[in-house]
Amino acid sequence: MSEKVTENVSFLSLIRKIPFSTRAVGLFYIAVVITGVVVGWPFGMLISSSLHLFGVWAILTLANVPSIQSGTGPNFALPIGIVSGLLAMVLILAMNVMGWMFMLLSTILAIILGSIAGFFYGRLMNAVKGSEMAIAPYTGFAITAIFGLVWLTLPIDHPNMLFFLGDGLRHQIPLDYFNANFILANLLQFEIAGVTVRTGELIVVFVACALMWLFFRTKTGIAISAVGRSPMFAKAAGINVNRSRIIANMISTAVAAVGIVVYAQGFGFVQLYDFPMFFAFPAIAGILVGGASGQRARVMNVIVGAFLFQGLLALALPVFTRVLADTDVGGVVNQIRMIVQNGIILYALALMARGAKQ
Amino acid sequence: MSRTLLEFKNISKTYSGNQVLKDVSFDIREGEIHALLGENGAGKSTIMNILFGMPVIHSTGGFEGELHIDEKKVDVNSPFDAMALGIGMVHQEFMLIPGFTIAENVKLNREIEKNNIINTITSSLFGKRMKTLDRKAMNRDARKALDKLDMSIEEFTLVQGLPIGYMQFVEIAREIDKKGLKVLVLDEPTAVLTESEAEHLLSAMRNIAALGIAIVFISHRLNEITAVSDRVTILRDGEHVITKDTKDTNVLEIAEYMVGRKVSIDRTSGEGRQFDDNSDIALSVKDLYVAMPNEQVKGISFDVRKGEIFGIGGLAGQGKLGIANGLMGIYEAKGDILINGQKVALGKTRQMLGMGAAFVSEDRKGVGLLIEESIEDNIVFTAMNIHSEFLNALGLANKHTIREHARKMIKELDIRCTSEKQHTGRLSGGNQQKVCLARALTQKPSILFVSEPTRGIDIGAKKLILDLLLKLSREQGMTIIMTSSELAELCSISDRVAIVCEGEMVGILPPDASLSKFGLMMSGIKEAEGEVAS
Ligand SMILES: Nc1ncnc2c1ncn2[C@@H]1O[C@H](COP(=O)(O)OP(=O)(O)O)[C@@H](O)[C@H]1O
Ligand SMILES: [Mg+2]
Repeated sequence: MSEKVTENVSFLSLIRKIPFSTRAVGLFYIAVVITGVVVGWPFGMLISSSLHLFGVWAILTLANVPSIQSGTGPNFALPIGIVSGLLAMVLILAMNVMGWMFMLLSTILAIILGSIAGFFYGRLMNAVKGSEMAIAPYTGFAITAIFGLVWLTLPIDHPNMLFFLGDGLRHQIPLDYFNANFILANLLQFEIAGVTVRTGELIVVFVACALMWLFFRTKTGIAISAVGRSPMFAKAAGINVNRSRIIANMISTAVAAVGIVVYAQGFGFVQLYDFPMFFAFPAIAGILVGGASGQRARVMNVIVGAFLFQGLLALALPVFTRVLADTDVGGVVNQIRMIVQNGIILYALALMARGAKQ
Repeated sequence: MSRTLLEFKNISKTYSGNQVLKDVSFDIREGEIHALLGENGAGKSTIMNILFGMPVIHSTGGFEGELHIDEKKVDVNSPFDAMALGIGMVHQEFMLIPGFTIAENVKLNREIEKNNIINTITSSLFGKRMKTLDRKAMNRDARKALDKLDMSIEEFTLVQGLPIGYMQFVEIAREIDKKGLKVLVLDEPTAVLTESEAEHLLSAMRNIAALGIAIVFISHRLNEITAVSDRVTILRDGEHVITKDTKDTNVLEIAEYMVGRKVSIDRTSGEGRQFDDNSDIALSVKDLYVAMPNEQVKGISFDVRKGEIFGIGGLAGQGKLGIANGLMGIYEAKGDILINGQKVALGKTRQMLGMGAAFVSEDRKGVGLLIEESIEDNIVFTAMNIHSEFLNALGLANKHTIREHARKMIKELDIRCTSEKQHTGRLSGGNQQKVCLARALTQKPSILFVSEPTRGIDIGAKKLILDLLLKLSREQGMTIIMTSSELAELCSISDRVAIVCEGEMVGILPPDASLSKFGLMMSGIKEAEGEVAS
């Protein structure tokens, strides 16, 4: 096996292999870091918080891999998976399960509920083949709205979960009442050169990524990828196209459900009501920034993208605060942060749409 | 004899390096019905597109040669030029607007306008779009055109929902409604018509010709042509073969001219074959119907013996490609199928593959390959999916065995590539076809369907592929069902060749049957009738 094609491995040619959006956001990332250093922001803290955001967002970003690979496109209906995960946690908490047991049981239940929801969502996507990206976001909105009502009416009477006055679950259920806040984040946590490394979170992220990577090397995973590339080819090879797309969306939704469990422990709250609406676009922008297209995504895109995109947001806020110094009247900094975040999302989506045309 | 109206002088045309018309010259006379004949790809539509100034001609580098009308050279750079010169054309594909009435379609873009007060003002602002249409005049003209065609249908009927045969007449009505029409080109007008509709059209054509309008008529149905035309011109592989008075020829001769002596591939001897008339039936097909668009199969039955190479030929659009696609479940089909005596349900691709059938599709890029994936992944794909091969103990793709197998196939089939990692989209047509074959062979099939195995590939690869098929049949006793538009190729390796026309099997011939017999069958004429005609 020695006759490998010798490739020109100059630095420039390596750079050229990186997708354009990744390069652009990467450069921006570096610029922000340098600015941070110049204005004297504590480096350790910046890296710590960007690692933390990466840890809680990576699995949510990972949920896009199966749906993109199967040809359904990025999972714009991420709220379905998130609602499944939230429901799982709420149900487990209602039984007053605490700590690691809560983590374990709500993860398992999240996978089960997510798979069931993903099954029906997959069937919906098959029914609207060709306009998935138009229908999916509204499916997410609809589910979020319906569950707004569910949270209000669930027959749960755990005092730590209810509004202080009246019926219904709180907007934010604090996990510290259940000894489940930061439970992964604190596992094997250590500090090095001023950087806090939340090892437990990162381990879970890498296990999830590895499982996904392995799945796409199994017969079923390879079949799903083929369905996304060319449904006619897949059909001629005896693959059930609709079934493959349903499996992909079950996995996608289940992964999103697990993702929100990890997210919740990372911030110490189970957040309900409108909360699921704010995940789809950052997760999709993350994978696109990492080099995925609307038709093709790899686990590597998730890791690179979640790190760059979430890292940038983590860095941008404090750096801008510093740059603007005392001029932050009326939350200008937070506005800027929103502009940066939505600007990158818009940019990534525009690049994706353009790529789809070519 | 009537006057010469139109002349094609030394017309040549190249599509991206591929010469599809070579120095073609012939003429059309006033008021004659002139049949233009030739196998698929002979260049019939191309030369008519040149006459009509179609953009596809001019966007691909134009053409060489001259067009003369009334002995004067004319330039036809667009369909508008053509219309101004009195040339009308009904294309192979319909160009009607479904939501409009027949009259509106007949008058499309040539609407009759009335003046009114408002439009005098608005037309200066918006141009002529705002003028009111004079519907009465439009309907009257459309009526006249329909009457010429003996069409009793109301002119204000919507085109939407009309039977497809009627649409053809609406298109013709549109052309003959044009003032000063001299030549009307009909590109395969009867292909979509039922028998009685076709009859009707032929008599309408005679009416039109009687008005002094010349008709150029492209068709595959030889009987129609001899019934209606005054002269015939035959093209073969872009060359002009002959122009003759119809009364001086017959279907048999025309068929021979059409099929001709092509670049022939010598028939390899049948020695060493593991097959004879007593071999078991490997595939039995009864009353097969397939709903493949443009390749419909309408009730075909045949048996193929174990180890046989069974050829299926016919002109494009007649249904030959539908057979394999229907059997393999790519398009909806019904019928009774037995494989090695065992009944199989149609539409179950997985079951067919599991029973040892493999399919090399005619649609290489759409169905045959994952063009963004590597050669090795393409080669092992179906075997992995159906037979769970090339997986390790954990159920993961086994890189090592995949690579080893891919290298073996690359060597055996002489696939020219940089490595087994190269994407198949980057390969030449011939090498892509070899990858498709490699994938099928990796399934270790007992029955192999190959459709258009050598379409669009160079002669060297062609030979290699045909030799390979023969070798598989000889050494492994593989049953092969090969569908091809190239008769020479079918005859070179098949044991029997079936000819499909209009969705039905006209007959089965031995590979050494005369060309005229094949030609007749391709036109839908059974042998017995052919003998009467000669
Ligand atoms: N737009 C095109 N681009 C490239 N090749 C073409 C195009 N149209 C036709 N051809 C080729 O030109 C040849 C003649 O085609 P055509 O005139 O349509 O044949 P016919 O009408 O006799 O069946 C064929 O080999 C066909 O593949
Ligand atoms: Mg044609």
